Amino acid sequence: MELNFTLNGVPISCSLPRGSELLLDVLRGPLEQTGTKEGCGKGECGACTILVEGRMVNACLTLAAEVEGCEVTTIEGLAAGGSELAAEQRAFVEQGGIQCGFCSPGMIMSVRALLDRDPDPPEAEIRRALAGNLCRCTGYSQIVEAVRRAAELRREEAR
Amino acid sequence: MSPYLGKARPRPDAAEKATGRAEYIHDIRRPGMLHAAIRFSEHAHARIKGIDTLKAERIRGVRAVITAQNTPEIRLGFLRDNVALKGEKVRQFRDEVAAVAAIDPDVAAEAAAAIEVEYEPLPALFDPASALDEGAPLVHERDAAGRPLETNLMPVHFRHSSGDITAARSAAAHAVSGEFSTPLIQQSCMGTAGALAEFDPRMNLTIWAKTQIPFLAQRDFNSALSQIGLAGRNTRVIVPALGGGFGTGLDTHCYEYIAILLAWRTGKPVKILYKRDQEFAYLSPRQSSTVRISQGCDAGGRLTFRDVHVTQDNGAYGSWGATYPSVMMIPATSLYRVPNIEFDCELVYTNNTYAQAMRGYGNPELTWALESNLDELAEAAGIDPLEIRRINCNEPGEVTPMGLRVTTCGLRECIEGVGERLGWKNKGGWGAGKKRGVGLASMVHVGGSGRIYRSDASGVILRLDDYGNLYVASGGVDMGQGLHSALQIMAADSVGVDPERVFITQTDTSTCPWDVGTHASRGAFTAGNALLMAAEKMRRQLFEAAIDLYPDLVEQARRSWIRANPDTPPADFDWRASVAPERFQLRNNLLSLRDTPPIPWLEIDLAKLIRAAHFRAGGGEMFTVEAFYDPPSELPDWERGQGNMSACYTYGTQGVEVEVDTDTGDVKIVAMVSVLDVGRVINPQALRGQIVGAIAQGVGYALYEQVITEKGRILNPNFTDYKIPTAVEIDFPLDLEYIETDEPAGPYGAKGIGEPGLTPTAPAIANAIFDAVGVRVRDLPITPERLLAALHARYDDHIPRRAPNAR
Ligand code: FES
Ligand code: FES
Repeated sequence: MELNFTLNGVPISCSLPRGSELLLDVLRGPLEQTGTKEGCGKGECGACTILVEGRMVNACLTLAAEVEGCEVTTIEGLAAGGSELAAEQRAFVEQGGIQCGFCSPGMIMSVRALLDRDPDPPEAEIRRALAGNLCRCTGYSQIVEAVRRAAELRREEAR
Repeated sequence: MSPYLGKARPRPDAAEKATGRAEYIHDIRRPGMLHAAIRFSEHAHARIKGIDTLKAERIRGVRAVITAQNTPEIRLGFLRDNVALKGEKVRQFRDEVAAVAAIDPDVAAEAAAAIEVEYEPLPALFDPASALDEGAPLVHERDAAGRPLETNLMPVHFRHSSGDITAARSAAAHAVSGEFSTPLIQQSCMGTAGALAEFDPRMNLTIWAKTQIPFLAQRDFNSALSQIGLAGRNTRVIVPALGGGFGTGLDTHCYEYIAILLAWRTGKPVKILYKRDQEFAYLSPRQSSTVRISQGCDAGGRLTFRDVHVTQDNGAYGSWGATYPSVMMIPATSLYRVPNIEFDCELVYTNNTYAQAMRGYGNPELTWALESNLDELAEAAGIDPLEIRRINCNEPGEVTPMGLRVTTCGLRECIEGVGERLGWKNKGGWGAGKKRGVGLASMVHVGGSGRIYRSDASGVILRLDDYGNLYVASGGVDMGQGLHSALQIMAADSVGVDPERVFITQTDTSTCPWDVGTHASRGAFTAGNALLMAAEKMRRQLFEAAIDLYPDLVEQARRSWIRANPDTPPADFDWRASVAPERFQLRNNLLSLRDTPPIPWLEIDLAKLIRAAHFRAGGGEMFTVEAFYDPPSELPDWERGQGNMSACYTYGTQGVEVEVDTDTGDVKIVAMVSVLDVGRVINPQALRGQIVGAIAQGVGYALYEQVITEKGRILNPNFTDYKIPTAVEIDFPLDLEYIETDEPAGPYGAKGIGEPGLTPTAPAIANAIFDAVGVRVRDLPITPERLLAALHARYDDHIPRRAPNAR
């Protein structure tokens, strides 16, 4: 079957020979968007977090066919045209929210979804929002600080 | 003062990782690449009677099916007691019996499942005690050399004995003993394990490996090449971005050899990648242990003896994790001052999954027992837990019973700092229903690498290109801990270049110099020292070259300056008199002379100097230097437990306040304090990440994590049933303080800090729980069920409203 959707602002069509392909496998495989990671394949770790129509989704639990006609954003498309790093990415870099980095793309996508929902979330809400994104390296302190910083950067950008 | 040292700086690879561009093993593809799948054992212990691969071979897309029958044997492991594919018998559920290479992972998995294996089950052993019973079946009938074995005890010996423990025991005013256990732990790297093997047409091997020991792995893989008839061929090990390491990369693994065999058999690149459930079931977890300990003190609280016996369930094969006791000996002999010590251990083969190392390498296991038991002693002696630690505190300059030469030691400041920051005297006591308490625990670990192998060295190669960029090649691995960040800062500072002009070469055995491996918190210490030695050489070479070249460069600079600024008054300073190697200084890529007036043309861009030297008439030069650092330490005599295994030691203390819900058994951490003697802070951002990350692992170790097995089979191979801390659990205030003791052996005075963060966490929590509710849990993790059971046992279902031990 043929799949048509928008990936990071670019219209994409690709074929799904089986029809049952997972979105994660299609992104990482034929579309070569390997920024989205697979940490568990079962919806437990959040490494595969992407946005579909602006909503947070685990790509490992989503059939590729489900995004027909949808707008999909992955870590590769997070920074708006031309700029190197989106506010969330800059904040993670600056605050030391990244160690091995395997959780980072998914974590950063969750942060985008959170800040779109609530531009200035209190700490408890940040922690709740990230509870589905496991990180084995950082202990989360610098990640939480990165989220606060990202919120700040977004406000500055909006001005 | 250095403009970079001690200042927070994002790690050099952060942006690459934030944008999803870093390449992990999962992301690497090679043309024509095949995918591998392994068929694992279905028994804990069984003889293999036959393997039928016919059905698997007939599946479309399958390129090779290999077994022990149709491939040469590859032996591996610390004791060479393991083989890549098992032919005779399986000794654990995860034994590799056959493997497939196919055009995609699904076909490979389907074919692996289609292989038919016939077994004859054998009686199996699931705990060390029964494995040591007389007449117990043998996990290994023969050792690697083919000699018959008579016991399941592994042939490794670590012992220490000092003073007269019998006399000390009978003379002690107070003595307590206890048995403490720790479970199997899954390292839980977020990036699962994998490898990609490829032969070139000359049959040299390239392998992308998730390893922490690229050079020892090169040796292991070259030995495998000999075993398959390719003696004399070489392996190039490339280390991609690692999705965590935590000790999983300290050994080479069967799956890597299987990828090599399949690549050799098919002539194609072959990749193998574990899914999460496979990582849980087929990758070696952290060793489990049982520690029996007793300690005693005199009437004043001074420790007089310590007696420690460790039993380690090693599982079916030996990994480097079998050398855990080498590190256990450090706290056993050298945490606090104790004159009379016995330490011994038995490592036992069973039919459980074989275990390997994890962060801390035996130290958290031993510190768990030691620091929990020390609180019991404090209680028996009627001494405050903080006070007993202060009384017995290690001091700088002491030589411990194991022969560890303690150079710098900030333990006293650590203990007192924790007391102050936690408000030790004012805390404790029971609230209504929820009971609060405080506890603390200390640790000592190798801080200047740990010699468990004859080499403990790191090499570094520095190269400056014609444009003033500095390339640092080190064999050390950055698995996320931040080695590259430390090297970037140290290189910028020691050579004198802008940190943005420092590039760390990808770890690759074909371009990087030897490094024994990234473990023992050693990366920044040993590679950092090598780097400083190399930087010294580099500066010497640059400044020598500058003697002839600098005057011309200044003259050119002066002329172009004056051309651009014709009104500049002439400077009457005679700089020529100052030109001497020791007068040069290099900072931020600018070469100048010390103590000269601020004349703009006296500052020369480093790149100009390099190019002038490169193109010098009559023979140019290039700027590449190397240095090799092997720390001033000794390989201990393990049978005697003697030897100064590290160049220095890291000490630290953690304190914690908890709240126990006596209805549910839940433990909530209210606040945590860590005071650590780090020697010197290189990058506070990376340092904090290491400590907080380790503490989070320590909290998981203390309260939730355990691989559950039933008759050798792993029952919780996923993150729903094996819980690691999330952002919600690590929500307590975390107060960190660093004691800077400026270690003379350390680069810029720094000590290794990769592992200390998690070492004292579990006993600090257990001690706080005891303070809160008066019960001691001796087995990790302290689950609500265990704590409730302990509460009910202690209070006979009538949990009192006041703590019996309230201060
Ligand atoms: S890979 Fe999708 S949640 Fe873990
Ligand atoms: S940075 Fe390694 S898992 Fe989060």
